[in-house]
Amino acid sequence: MKKIEVSGKKPTRHGFGEGLVELGDKHDNVVVLGGDITGSVMTSYFKEKYPDRFFSIGIAEANATTIATGMALSGKIPFFSSYSAFAAFRNTDQLRISVCYNNANVKIGGGHSGITVGPDGATHQALEELSLLRAMPNMTLIVPCDFSETKKATIAVGEMYGPAYIRFGRSAVPMITNDDSPFEIGKANVLNEGDDIALVACGLLVYPALQAAEQLEKNHGIKARVINNHTIKPIDVETITKAAAECGCIVTAEEHQVYGGLGAAVAETVVKNAPVPMEFVGIKDTFGSSGEPEELQEIFGLNWQGIYASALKALDRKKPGNIAV
Amino acid sequence: METKFTFSDLLFENKRRKPQEFAEIAKELRRDIIKSLAMAKSGHTGGPLGLSDIFSVLFFGDVLRYKADDPKWDKRDKFVLSGGHLCPVLYSCLARAGYFPIEELSTLRKYGTRLQGHPGLDTELPGIETAAGSLGQGISIAAGMAMTHKLLDKTDQRVFSLTGDGELQEGSVWETAMSAAQYKLDNLCWIVDDNDCQIDGRVKDVMNIKPLDKKFEAFGFNVIECDGHDIDDIINAFDKFIANHESGSGKPTVIIAKTFMGRGVSFMEDLHTWHGNPPSFEQAEKALEELK
Repeated sequence: MKKIEVSGKKPTRHGFGEGLVELGDKHDNVVVLGGDITGSVMTSYFKEKYPDRFFSIGIAEANATTIATGMALSGKIPFFSSYSAFAAFRNTDQLRISVCYNNANVKIGGGHSGITVGPDGATHQALEELSLLRAMPNMTLIVPCDFSETKKATIAVGEMYGPAYIRFGRSAVPMITNDDSPFEIGKANVLNEGDDIALVACGLLVYPALQAAEQLEKNHGIKARVINNHTIKPIDVETITKAAAECGCIVTAEEHQVYGGLGAAVAETVVKNAPVPMEFVGIKDTFGSSGEPEELQEIFGLNWQGIYASALKALDRKKPGNIAV
Repeated sequence: METKFTFSDLLFENKRRKPQEFAEIAKELRRDIIKSLAMAKSGHTGGPLGLSDIFSVLFFGDVLRYKADDPKWDKRDKFVLSGGHLCPVLYSCLARAGYFPIEELSTLRKYGTRLQGHPGLDTELPGIETAAGSLGQGISIAAGMAMTHKLLDKTDQRVFSLTGDGELQEGSVWETAMSAAQYKLDNLCWIVDDNDCQIDGRVKDVMNIKPLDKKFEAFGFNVIECDGHDIDDIINAFDKFIANHESGSGKPTVIIAKTFMGRGVSFMEDLHTWHGNPPSFEQAEKALEELK
């Protein structure tokens, strides 16, 4: 496989902040609502540049979500952002009825997601929102992999109609895409070609998936197809089905519970269209814990080693006669 | 027994009227509510009956500015029903304003109807501004609309929204109260249906929310109290809101309207048991006798 090109590290939340400003430059009707932690989720950039289009709502996520709905129903494109731990949970009822049932053009930015928020501990490590929001009709769910993709995704959700949730994190992550990399909502990107196994990842786990593919090739001569599946909903049925049919086994990897998120979305597609053995890298029905991001990734197996080990299992199950294991 | 009623074909204009005319309109709304609920065989009867007098003024007294033949008119005032279960009275008003055919009231709550049990935008019923059903959300949506009109688009559009009194037990409504004051939404008119009834009984027994006037005053509201069955008092309350808006006071308005659940039908009045039940065919006939 070709060498993985990394151009430094940057937090995905910065991509969200910069994307919002660019979106605001292009569209007068983009407005932003703050939930007190604007300097953390980087809506502060927009607030500084467009103070008349920024509204502080305070620590009141439910109210912020429905105020955003009222603005959306009046022709604006409101973004509300807070930590995922609050921006998808404290307001779930509002997201279900006011945003999704109304099919209102409300965008949610879920920041500080997953275990890599680190020392703050389990209360702040949102690991369930993809399951929750994927079940809501009309919702679009995006989990971009790095700074540049988050920026593109932010602009893209602003320019599509309908409810959308974009998930990003606190810590700096390797930059593996750039301004020229393709990004289209609902269209997964194949980062590495291969026919032995498909590694389907989103967000923080895309880079480790590439690293795992490198190791699989180096140690076993295995050609892994690596798919950056940034859009969890609507899932790219074509790319996933093709990967299952051509590779014969799949590993999914996400910084999220394995119940209901990326792995489940891929499994539903695979089972219906081209059943093959699958392994799931993600959080296995537990809460997180305080710790340093990389330390937690190692403990929970959310690194290349975890993907690599799951890949070997999936490859073993793929062998004739082992399918039922 | 098959319950079937027919609806009159009366349409009402939105204009200043003599009090007696509003009483007649309110009676027509009450007849619609009884008929549509009896035919639906489920739904909320008491609340809509208790709101008919207020709604007659709001929709047909030149308070709410709208065009029934142009539901998306971009200069319209908005009415956001927050307590979605109260929709039968809203549906009746919309039908009698000419938003959709009056006969459609007979489809309430039935499969395929545009008149869902709680309003939704998906059925595209003209005149509906938002889905409502989970209490406390509509008033916040109304605040978002008021912010848009006042602070972003800088129009003189007003936003009216109605919550029940039990609805004020939802914590998020007080988040909305804070933001309405913070953003000086003097174009927002929050109507509280103060009927002291909710499904489980008296509001004060289920969870007390009083004193409402002092609470809203403390939150920075222009507080208006009125008798929700006295037409003159209702007109006066809306006039005060409009004057407050036009003066640019910077204060959001709350109209605390004292009403009685089930008003207009003697055997339903002030009984919380009529919150979530429809009349039987016989009860409906009896009620319609009283509403002649």
